[in-house]
Amino acid sequence: MEAKMVRRYDIMEVCLLAGKIMLQSGAETYRVEDTMMRIAASYGIKESHSYVTPTGIIFSIETDEPTKTKLIRINDRSTDLEKVTLVNGISRKISQGQYSVEEAYSELEKLEKADHSYSFLIQVLAASIASGCFLIMFLGTWDDFIPAFITGGVGYMSVVYLHRLVPIKFFAEFLASFIIGILSFGFVYFGAGQELDKIIIGSVMPLVPGLLITNAVRDLMAGHLVSGLSKGAEAFLTAFAIGTGIAVVFTLI
Amino acid sequence: MIFLEHLLTSFIAAAAFGIIFNAPKQSLFKCGIVGMLGWIIYMLMILNEADAVLATLLASFVVAVISQVFAKMYKTPVIIFSVAGIIPLVPGGLAYDAMRNFVQNDYNAAINLAAKAFMISGSIAVGLIFSEVINQIIRNARLNASARRMW
Repeated sequence: MEAKMVRRYDIMEVCLLAGKIMLQSGAETYRVEDTMMRIAASYGIKESHSYVTPTGIIFSIETDEPTKTKLIRINDRSTDLEKVTLVNGISRKISQGQYSVEEAYSELEKLEKADHSYSFLIQVLAASIASGCFLIMFLGTWDDFIPAFITGGVGYMSVVYLHRLVPIKFFAEFLASFIIGILSFGFVYFGAGQELDKIIIGSVMPLVPGLLITNAVRDLMAGHLVSGLSKGAEAFLTAFAIGTGIAVVFTLI
Repeated sequence: MIFLEHLLTSFIAAAAFGIIFNAPKQSLFKCGIVGMLGWIIYMLMILNEADAVLATLLASFVVAVISQVFAKMYKTPVIIFSVAGIIPLVPGGLAYDAMRNFVQNDYNAAINLAAKAFMISGSIAVGLIFSEVINQIIRNARLNASARRMW
C-alpha cells in the first residue's frame, strides 16, 4: 500500500515535470494538457484532470484512494521549440512503454537542465539575416540591405540584454524598438540608407510576437479561453511596446 | 527576377526565424519551405491585385495545412513549422504606418490603417482555424473508421 502511494506521486511528478518544461518552452496549452494526460494514462491512471494556464499548472489524478492534486507555478517563459520536440518524443516513448517511471523522470530532469539552444551569436546573426530578407520581401531595395541587417541584429541583441537587465519584458521591447528607430534614422540621415520606413519595418520583425499570436489562436480554438486570452493580451502588449518605441522616435525627430 | 528574389529571401527569413525560436536543426530546412510557400502565395495574389485580406487568408491556410502534414510526417509538434510560416504574413508594415499616422495626429488615416491591419491579423487567425477544423474532421473520420473496425 505504502509503495503504491509513492508510485502514484512519482507518476504525478513525471507528468508535472513534462508539462512544466513544455509550458516554459512555449508549447500550446492543449499540447501540455494532452501530453500530461497521455503520460498518466500510459502509467495506468485512467482519470486525470489538468488545468493549464500560462502562469501555472494544476494537475490531479483520480484513483481508488483520495484524489491527489498538485500545483506548480511557472514564472519565466521562453521560446525553445527544440525542448518541446524532445519532451514530445519522450512522451511518445512513454506511451509505447519504453520508459519506466524512474527512467522517464531522470530523462526529463536531464532535459530540463540541458541547454540545446543555438549560441547567442548565431541567434543574433539569424535575426540580422531575417531583418535583411524581410526588407527585400517588403519590396525594399538591396541598397538598404546592410542597414537593415545591422539594425535588426542590434535590435535583437538589445532586447535580450535589456531583458536580462530589466525583468519587465515590455520595457525591454520598448527600448529595443526605440534603439532600432534611432539607428535606422541615423543610417538614413548619414546617407547609408534610403527608405526609413522599410528599414524600420524589416528590423522590427524579429521582435514581432509571432509565436504568441499563433499559440493564442490555437488555444482559443481548442477551448482554452483563459490561456488564449492571456497570450493574446501578451502579444498585444508586445506589439504595443514596439509601436510606442518607434512612435517616440518619430515625435523626437 | 522579383519572383526569384522573393523565393530566396522568404526561405532564408523563415529558416532564420527557426533559429531564433530554437527549432531543432533538422527542421530548419522544412521551416524555410513552409515560409517560402506561404509568402509566394501571398505575393502572387498581391501582384495579381487580389485583396490583401484574401491573400493573407489563403496563405495562412496553406501554411497551416503544410505544417500539419509535416508534423505528421516527421512526428514533431505543429508550431515549429507554422510559426515560421505565419510571421511574414503579420501586417507589420500596416501597423507601423498606422502608428506613424497616430503620432503625426492624422487620426483618420491611422484608424483606416489600423482597421486594415486588424482585418489582416483576423484573416491569419481564420486561416489557421480552417486548417485546424479540416485536420480534426479528418482525424475524427479516421477514428470512427477504426472504431467501427474494432466493434
